[in-house]
Amino acid sequence: MSIQTLSFNQLKQIALQREAFIYYIFFFVLLFFAVLLHDTAFLTLSNFMNIVKQTAPLTIMAVGLTFALAVGHIDLSIGSVVALSALVGALLLQHTGIPLAVIGALLVGVTVGLINGLLIERLQVSSLLITLGTMGIVTGIARQLTNLESVPIINQDFTFFFGSGKVLGMPILLFWTVVIGGCAYIILNKLSAGRHLLAVGGNPFAARAMGIKVTRVRLYALIASSTAAALAGLLYAGRLHGARYTLGEADLLTVIAAVAIGGTSLFGGRACIIGAILGSWLMGIINNGLILSGFSTNEQMIARGIILVMAVAIGVKELRHG
Amino acid sequence: MVRSALDQVALELASITKSFGGVHALQGVTFTINKGEVVGLLGDNGAGKSTLVKCISGIHAPDSGEIKVNGNAVFINSPEDARAVGIETVFQDLAMIPEFNIVQNLFLNREIKHKNPLLRWLGWLDTKAMTKRARKSLNRLNTRIPSYKEQIHNLSGGQRQAIAIARAVNWGADIVIMDEPTAALGVEQSAQVNDLIKIISSQGVAVLLISHNMQHVVETCDRAVVLYQGRSVADVAVAEVTKEDLVGLITGAKKIAA
Ligand SMILES: Nc1ncnc2c1ncn2[C@@H]1O[C@H](COP(=O)(O)OP(=O)(O)OP(=O)(O)O)[C@@H](O)[C@H]1O
Ligand SMILES: [Mg+2]
Repeated sequence: MSIQTLSFNQLKQIALQREAFIYYIFFFVLLFFAVLLHDTAFLTLSNFMNIVKQTAPLTIMAVGLTFALAVGHIDLSIGSVVALSALVGALLLQHTGIPLAVIGALLVGVTVGLINGLLIERLQVSSLLITLGTMGIVTGIARQLTNLESVPIINQDFTFFFGSGKVLGMPILLFWTVVIGGCAYIILNKLSAGRHLLAVGGNPFAARAMGIKVTRVRLYALIASSTAAALAGLLYAGRLHGARYTLGEADLLTVIAAVAIGGTSLFGGRACIIGAILGSWLMGIINNGLILSGFSTNEQMIARGIILVMAVAIGVKELRHG
Repeated sequence: MVRSALDQVALELASITKSFGGVHALQGVTFTINKGEVVGLLGDNGAGKSTLVKCISGIHAPDSGEIKVNGNAVFINSPEDARAVGIETVFQDLAMIPEFNIVQNLFLNREIKHKNPLLRWLGWLDTKAMTKRARKSLNRLNTRIPSYKEQIHNLSGGQRQAIAIARAVNWGADIVIMDEPTAALGVEQSAQVNDLIKIISSQGVAVLLISHNMQHVVETCDRAVVLYQGRSVADVAVAEVTKEDLVGLITGAKKIAA
């Protein structure tokens, strides 16, 4: 067997990997809109910067959700956490400084994640049902908190750090994406913690037999997921100079679609952070492209749904055929 | 085949009992395994073999009785306890993560960390070192593996079994328990696993082997312990009995003072 056939086989293997799928579809969608919208500003760097900035909260949520999926859970409460965290942050900013407001908002995420995790483990009920329930509870609290009123944010430092600022010549929202995405990538791919997360998702019985604390690992993953959503809430609040109970409302579907299309298994054991980030940008590009093509938000919603179903179909097919 | 036992007792079980409600699964099991010895644990369906293994590997706690490892009484309340005293179990389902590659499975929850203290504190993995150690330990067991990056679910049953055994001995286990290691394997792969068992026992590891396959027992084991309705009813040198004798002991048709 020559080296050449080996490397060809390896190339083929890499090219056919589930993880590689997002690159093809990313390229294809980009090409599609570039041709369709050749006489608009679609294919410009500033438009892409805009997309990246606009999707930053989604990207952070997608990265967080990847942790929940890695251990074999789903987290439907993330959209509601976005709203509550943004509102709590905005309200706290009226009385205290940025650090306390940020801590308060992130604590919303930690708390919801903890509650999700404990309920799932104690009741031994699927994460789907538990997080569906907490989604309702958290949404209700967010609506109650300000009686559906918006809370404006006038703190300029806050809107700099979580919205319009720039560091090292790059928009701060891109900076957040890179930092959070980078950390998540390192955790999942380079650290033993990530190995244990994926082991728990891949085969919980084996993980337990090898001495991994399965319950605890699952708890951490759910906390990561909803804390990331809380940070996404702050990024929304920073960019929009205020918080509102509707924030994050429509994001759940988009985020799940983004993560699924990015190569993360919806059944645990396989996670791909770069795929999740590219997936969320893909959703941003599709939205942007559809808007520039003159489609309505309703039609965008349909497009997102189709993409999710597609991603799930691929994932399930893979699961069946091993 | 009688191997010169090192005559040092690795594992000693005395009057182990275990009940599940009204089911008396174990009603007094007593036997020992020496270092470097392969002992077959035989018995009909429901005789209590798996229950005994679970008591030794920390999944169940025995109701009464004593377990001694290298002469010291030990209390095994969790898989970690078992591991801490040098007992490793190769479970029937092999306890592998299908999505992980060989190295990742071999080092699951015992990852080698980076040398840099800060990175080490973070839990940064030293993949190179792990690959190197994996190659060494699989070579030591004469196991040929296509690529260490291969995912477990692409391997044959025999290769998986080899990885599971390598994982057990990799951690310096003195006692390795195997629950039907060849049940799902073909002739050639069973032979490979038999060779593996011989290799690790020649390295001083005590092996407790559960099997329903008399041929396999006769080929690999030095001694056989027979469980009948939760009791150890026979403890014989395999060289001194026939396959038919063993079957008789298992079914209760034949009796020997244990
Ligand atoms: N967790 C449990 N709860 C209740 N009864 C149990 C439990 N585990 C085992 N038993 C009972 O204990 C007895 C011994 O079972 P065990 O699984 O140890 O048998 P075995 O020798 O491994 O049989 P096999 O050859 O079929 O694997 C059986 O009667 C079984 O029904
Ligand atoms: Mg059994």
